[in-house]
Amino acid sequence: MSSEKKKRGGPAIPKRLLLTIIALVLLIIIDVIKDPSFLHIGYVNGGLNGPLIDVIRDSAPFLMIAVGMTLVISTSGIDLSVGASMAVAGAVAMQFMHNTNGTGLGSALLAIVLALGVCALIGAWNGLLVSGLGLQPFITTLIMMLAGRGIAKTITSGENTSAVNSAFSWIDTGYVLGIPFAFILATLIVLAVAALMRKTALGMMIESVGVNPEASRMGGLKPKRVIFSVYLISAILAGMAGVFTTGNVMRVTPSQTGLSYEMDAVLAVVIGGTSLLGGKFSLSGAYLGAMIISLLEKTIVWLGISNAATPAFKAIIVIAICVLQSNFFTNALKKMRSKKQSKAAMTAAREGAAA
Amino acid sequence: MAETKPIVDMEGITITFPGVKALDGVSFKMYPGEVHSLMGENGAGKSTLIKALTGVYTIDDGSIKVGGVEQRFAGTGDAERAGISTVYQEVNLATNLSIGENLMLGHEKRNKLGIDWKASHEVAHEALEQVGLGYLDTHALLSSISIAMQQLVAIARASVVKAKVLILDEPTSSLDENEVQRLFDIIRKLKSEGVAILFVSHFLDQVYEISDRMTVLRNGKFVGEYLVKDTPREQTISLMIGKSMESLSDLEGGVKQTLDEYKNHKPVLEVTQIGRRGEIQPVDLTIRPGEILGFAGLLGSGRTELARLLFGADKPDTGTYKLEGNTLTVSSPYIALKNGVAYSTEDRRDEGILSELSVRENMILALQAIRGWAHPISRKEQEEICATYIKALSIKTPSTETPIKSLSGGNQQKVLLARWLATSPKVLILDEPTRGIDIGAKSEIQETIVQLARQGKAIVFISSELSEVVRISSRVLILKDRKKVAEVENTPDFTQGNIVKIIAQGGVNENVK
Repeated sequence: MSSEKKKRGGPAIPKRLLLTIIALVLLIIIDVIKDPSFLHIGYVNGGLNGPLIDVIRDSAPFLMIAVGMTLVISTSGIDLSVGASMAVAGAVAMQFMHNTNGTGLGSALLAIVLALGVCALIGAWNGLLVSGLGLQPFITTLIMMLAGRGIAKTITSGENTSAVNSAFSWIDTGYVLGIPFAFILATLIVLAVAALMRKTALGMMIESVGVNPEASRMGGLKPKRVIFSVYLISAILAGMAGVFTTGNVMRVTPSQTGLSYEMDAVLAVVIGGTSLLGGKFSLSGAYLGAMIISLLEKTIVWLGISNAATPAFKAIIVIAICVLQSNFFTNALKKMRSKKQSKAAMTAAREGAAA
Repeated sequence: MAETKPIVDMEGITITFPGVKALDGVSFKMYPGEVHSLMGENGAGKSTLIKALTGVYTIDDGSIKVGGVEQRFAGTGDAERAGISTVYQEVNLATNLSIGENLMLGHEKRNKLGIDWKASHEVAHEALEQVGLGYLDTHALLSSISIAMQQLVAIARASVVKAKVLILDEPTSSLDENEVQRLFDIIRKLKSEGVAILFVSHFLDQVYEISDRMTVLRNGKFVGEYLVKDTPREQTISLMIGKSMESLSDLEGGVKQTLDEYKNHKPVLEVTQIGRRGEIQPVDLTIRPGEILGFAGLLGSGRTELARLLFGADKPDTGTYKLEGNTLTVSSPYIALKNGVAYSTEDRRDEGILSELSVRENMILALQAIRGWAHPISRKEQEEICATYIKALSIKTPSTETPIKSLSGGNQQKVLLARWLATSPKVLILDEPTRGIDIGAKSEIQETIVQLARQGKAIVFISSELSEVVRISSRVLILKDRKKVAEVENTPDFTQGNIVKIIAQGGVNENVK
């Protein structure tokens, strides 16, 4: 019966994603055990609120960088500069609104365009060095991770710049039909990227280059352009993540904004099931991965885990998820199952012989 | 001589993959001091049987005894400990380590402080000396020597690990004539030391030259075990393909094309003095539609280098390139493909297939590349392309979504051929399209090539097997030492011997013509 189902368009949810969903549910259960009010959803001032609503709102920056990172990792690269790019984007936007005293919608939009534009330059720089000059992605983006903070500090003259603009703030804190706008916008952006990947041939080309750049070139692809494009996309998405994070508090802290987010992005990608060796990528996996990271952040607060223990706790959860998804674990499961089956077959045969 | 106890005794081996029985109750025995060939077409189960013996796959049923002891291999390490050493079809040593390190990997000499590299390199040197490679520097990187040499180094490793059983899976596919003889010398030496050798090759002549015994498999089933000296070649071939020779002999006679068929066509590709320093000296060549231009020459003669220039995989330093009368600068494969020149690379694994991607994606890749990322080929059209070529080239694959890496070599090659055909090329350059492929699939591919030419494609055909070049080419361009030495019409009385003579003399003399 199951084989028939498969023929008709594959299983509805691939196994890996299913495990990620299970991990999500388990985390929620842990939170509920600690305090059942975790599931409470209220309605105040035209918007839903509650811990779960916080989780989806706060997932917006994670969604952005996780999707960008997925594409970069698919080409067997890495982008360590996403956290710094967030700071740069925040710095550009805040400083612009601060300097111009722009409080209207127009200046919010202009701030975003400027922020994303500067991040696009960062992405182009990374992409150029990696694809054009053939530098190691790790080194190239590590340098940008450091330089980006410097750029952000230069833009704000070393200050923590804040600005007042209700439209800009609304992007992260506003509601549409009761649902946090940040979550809606982030999801729409992910869907747009997914469409860009799967409705054009870009997704396949990225995977192809990730599997083997030389074979891809011999097949007529232009690996350099493909690699350039993923760093560009990643940086622009990181810029959007910076807009979300700074929109929340209307303040940029160049040394803190987006700090260590690159690690969260890599974790989300790994949890989402894209191999760090490059090749096939899964955006739905990255989406769920980002959700897990956001839920994890909330869980840490919910369980009252001390700041000092936060990294260790995060590490344990992520390792547990990776083990759940590992080949080792699935193979062990398979072996257990086949043993059971062969035992059953043997007893059946024995019974048959006896009869 | 060898009716002693077998060193390897595989009985009733069955291995099932999802949906296919890769091996079905196969038996296989190896005796010390004997070369045993495993024969069969692609997908017959040769590789699977080898992987069972080397512990890569666990068997679902049957037993494996090595030296009379029942074995249950859980990994390649287990097999190696039992004295089974393998040299795979594609060299799988670490090219970024030194020759010595590769030879000694896992068997390094140790002293109190850990690995004694000096002693290890000495042992490595001895092992190389034994196989006549004593002149190699064990400190040099493995990547600094040719693939052929790497293969010989891999075999030398067998003596370091004191193998009782040596498995050679297509060891000769990238070797030229001299290197093959050298390899055979090594095999004979190991044989005289009592090593049991499993030899797999699609070159029938080589099998007959070196082996004592053979086991034939077909579609995962055991056909029989035969003594090589008692079994005529024709019989072996029919055992392998399960039908008589008649269907094959069709190809033998009728393929050579007559000259008049294409002589009146206008050339599709004309290059003059195209060359690249250090790789190939300037060459002139012309191809007409419907013509098969064979490149003949030994390994390293510049065949592949020339082909890469024609495809834009490397940029030429000199020369002009005219396609259908228009001068072009072919600076990348993309430009070549866009203008109707396709190139099937010699190195299927590293420059051909995209192992993790599906058969479908591999097949449409080049066509998609030409159209550009913003103009995706619709899923429906993709399925149509797949269906067409799977049928036309009789590609055996469970589905279009199967990753190409799980197909057999011959089927991978056919998928790649489909990739190029899907771009409707005017010029199709095929570099060793039949390497590492069994006889059945080989003649199928040769037949396809001839058909394509009849449909009006201009084909460049490169093969290290001269017989194949002579069989299907209409004209032969002969290369030697990175230089074109001759271009000869393939008249009915032209033979391999002529090519060999031309290569030996370094050009066409009066008495050859």
